[in-house]
Amino acid sequence: MVNEGRLPTRMGDGTFAWLTRSEIRADLESGSEAAAKRAKLPPLTADEIDHLLDIYASPARFTGVDLGDEVVLSCDGTGMKTHATRIQDLQTYEQWMGADLLELCVGDYSLKVVRTILAYEAQYMHDAQLATVAPVQYGVMPNLGLYSKPDGPCDNWSELLPQGKIDEARASQEEAIEMAVLDMVHLAESQFEAGADAIDWDTTAASGDPEFLAALRATEIIHARYPDLGIQLGMAGEFVLGMHGKLTFKGTRLAGLWPREQLLLAQQAGATMFGPVVNVNTGKSCAWNVARAICLVKPCTEVAEIPVHMNAGMGVGAVPMFVHPPGDAVCRAAKAFVDLLRLDGL
Amino acid sequence: MQMTRSMRLKEAKEYVAGKLGVTPFDLSDPVVMTDARNEFGFGRIHSYAISQPAQANMIEAKFNIARVLDIPVNCVERFKERTAMTGGEL
Repeated sequence: MVNEGRLPTRMGDGTFAWLTRSEIRADLESGSEAAAKRAKLPPLTADEIDHLLDIYASPARFTGVDLGDEVVLSCDGTGMKTHATRIQDLQTYEQWMGADLLELCVGDYSLKVVRTILAYEAQYMHDAQLATVAPVQYGVMPNLGLYSKPDGPCDNWSELLPQGKIDEARASQEEAIEMAVLDMVHLAESQFEAGADAIDWDTTAASGDPEFLAALRATEIIHARYPDLGIQLGMAGEFVLGMHGKLTFKGTRLAGLWPREQLLLAQQAGATMFGPVVNVNTGKSCAWNVARAICLVKPCTEVAEIPVHMNAGMGVGAVPMFVHPPGDAVCRAAKAFVDLLRLDGL
Repeated sequence: MQMTRSMRLKEAKEYVAGKLGVTPFDLSDPVVMTDARNEFGFGRIHSYAISQPAQANMIEAKFNIARVLDIPVNCVERFKERTAMTGGEL
């Protein structure tokens, strides 16, 4: 019997776990099988598992993609007054951290909050564009939930649904969709006039299929009106929850869509970049999570006609759910995704 | 090229490299790209390198990027509108 040495690796919550090489391989295979079974996809191949094992069983502090395989880094939340003014934050990310794309946003990040300060945000974008070189997008999360009571004007579908008031809940969601679409279009109008390079819908579909529909419809309107304005559509999770259940976009039912189908609709709507998301299971190792994420997203990058930037950070994309993600876990996830997914960026 | 032109990575790298006269491999090499950025007026990155007041940076650099890459850059177009002394009309 061979006594295998234990290697430091991470769990999905960021804590260290000491696993053998065989245990890491078992986790990779289990993560792949979990995704394949749930989303009815082929599991990762033996070669892919071997490659991931080399990445995750390495004791190195840091790893990276091969020279020449570098991808574009679109960095959301880079201009939100983290340590200086928002413009100084953007300049720091551009000049010191090598961000390829910058993003101006407010800390709350919710569409409904930003709609009340559009003019101020547009002026800030105008000023930021004068002081930076890299492209600057404006980012918000649609966060449709804020359109329901007590935060918003629509009846709260999360309260109506448990009461069995299905029709009332759906009507309220449909009312919120109309409001959100209007707000997204107004936001894009003001940001375009300010000189923004793109708009970023981040954590799209966090409120399920109604929110996804709002983002798709707004994207279609904005793309038709401003064909040179970029629109990045990033998701909230790997699976669109059916909070309404009957909503469709161009004939496709939105509830229950996985990354490949999400991407196809984003493309149809006119999004210029797509960000697939796979949430982290904190009770499993990062190896398990990365295999599951790659298995779910691989069909998406295979058919993509627009750039795909995998979301990898703080609780998504095999990066631990921790406010300061450990660098060793971040670089392993980044290399794994770039190597196996033919990604355009992260 | 990705954000507004929807180019996937390989195509985007080849397009930019072709316009700059470098290889796609060179695009991630700070040694080659510092010279390229200097030559085309794309702005320098590091604070020690940007003490070059005669060279383009920030919005000026974006004018050069738009011209060399032959793409519309929104803030450059808006800048032209607002400095044309025509009340916004070009």
